[in-house]
Amino acid sequence: MKLSRQNLLLLVALLALAALAVGFGETALSGAQYRMALSRPESPPGEILWGLRAPRAAVAALVGAALGLSGAVMQGLLRNPLAEPGVLGVSAGGGLGAALAIAAGLASAPGGVELAALVGALAAGGFVVTAAARFREPETLILMGVALSAFGGALTALVFNFSRSPMTTAEMMAWLMGSVENRDWSDAAWAAPPMLLGLGLCLYARPGLLMMTLGEETAALSGLPMARLRAAAVAGAALLTGAAVAVSGVIGFVGLAAPHLVRAGARNDPAAILAPSALSGAILLVSADLIARVLPTEVELKLGVVTALFGAPLFATIAWRAARSWRG
Amino acid sequence: MTARAELIGASVRLGGRLALDNVSLSLASGEMVGVVGPNGAGKTTLLRALLGLATLAHGAARLGGRSVAGLSGAQRADLAAYMPQERRVAWSLPAWRIAALGAVDRPAGLARAAALESLARLGLADLAERGVLDMSGGERGRVLLARLLITRAPLLVADEPTAGLDPDAQFLALERLRDEAGEGRAVLVTLHDLTLAARTCDRLIVLSGGRILANAPPAAALSPEILAGAFQLEGGLIDTPSGPVLAARRLHPGQA
Repeated sequence: MKLSRQNLLLLVALLALAALAVGFGETALSGAQYRMALSRPESPPGEILWGLRAPRAAVAALVGAALGLSGAVMQGLLRNPLAEPGVLGVSAGGGLGAALAIAAGLASAPGGVELAALVGALAAGGFVVTAAARFREPETLILMGVALSAFGGALTALVFNFSRSPMTTAEMMAWLMGSVENRDWSDAAWAAPPMLLGLGLCLYARPGLLMMTLGEETAALSGLPMARLRAAAVAGAALLTGAAVAVSGVIGFVGLAAPHLVRAGARNDPAAILAPSALSGAILLVSADLIARVLPTEVELKLGVVTALFGAPLFATIAWRAARSWRG
Repeated sequence: MTARAELIGASVRLGGRLALDNVSLSLASGEMVGVVGPNGAGKTTLLRALLGLATLAHGAARLGGRSVAGLSGAQRADLAAYMPQERRVAWSLPAWRIAALGAVDRPAGLARAAALESLARLGLADLAERGVLDMSGGERGRVLLARLLITRAPLLVADEPTAGLDPDAQFLALERLRDEAGEGRAVLVTLHDLTLAARTCDRLIVLSGGRILANAPPAAALSPEILAGAFQLEGGLIDTPSGPVLAARRLHPGQA
């Protein structure tokens, strides 16, 4: 794959932003301390840079890339610029899984909550795909997503309702708001393999995403193995979202915004948009986290709150414009 | 010589009613066949049944002598290509890239060349780089037809390829499909304009209520009796220097 100009620019921007995220933070460091951090990573300033900030930025980049890529794949598969793990209720499924696990006292078991989030996201993803096969109209699918999100939210509220300990409630709230606070290298390490697998599946599905531009029936007679390509796209997107929700909680709208920002640069190609969507998703989340970290608020802003504040108005804007392609 | 496509006693049930009722037909290489009939007569269902996109309640569908149900996606694409009535294109890709999707079996360079040539043959040479969502519906319809034409399938099936096209473009589109029949492919199209159907097709299949009322050359298929029975029209085809023309009026004026 050759690197397009857009992808190169995005890559450079991401690296610059990552350097910024590692370099800046609450604790101001002197020039001497920066030099010490670079020469001796195990020194106290080195610990701040490489033990606290760098893994946090890495997790933000991984989650952003996974959500951006997953959004781009869902949009291609469902022929809909509004499709996104959050909008379709896949993230809500993950949030519900996590809330249930926390309520069941699994928070102390290693990987318990994460696994529950992954399972919740995969189950919701399965539901969305079944609905997508039944309803061809893009509007219907978004409405199914609204219903699924609302139902997932209601069930999560029910779990809250019956939760006795304020500690548990606080823990669940933190999950649902989404954050990469206090994530370390081990978080990045275990999230990466399912994400890589998801990436591989999505790359394999690219010709199918392009053919889906013409709709289900044309694609069915195009000669491409559509059933296999579609299954790969679904599994890949669900794995990416599930792993993202598992490591960071529910962070909405990145999957919507990332492809939107690079669509023109990818010349509206639903297959060529995958790489830049992943890159722009990573950029969005690393910047959002940087903003959340350095804003002088008394309580640190949660990442999911930042993305929702910007993302929801964007959703409305895209919906406004998408009407054009739905008119046929 | 084996038939390119066949339906044998095919019935399709849609929402409790028979959308296609015991239909049998056969298509040979080199012929262009039109399917006509009023709205809801089962034209699209007939095409979908033939291509294995609709489930048959009874009967069988065959492509190239083989049962459609047993074909893999790749095998089916080797036997037939389809342009559905649905004209919604999801993303505003340039016209030539949409047309090139008919040639995914060829290297990118060849696919592009074939797409550009096909667009030019449909009068769209100047629009090759334009995004398909920045076009009129008729232009987009022609881009989708350009995609169909560059497939290598021996059977081309097009559902209302002239819908939304201006009069000249309608003639052009059907002329191009005729060219393909002349090259030895079988062509099956649904049409609403009976004059156009009579002038361009070798044979017409007249559908009404899911049944075949006529399957014959245009002059016989559009006889006054069939026009009255299937279309509620009173009249017939008149020969003119530029070809047959349908002269007809409603059989029951004033009624809905």
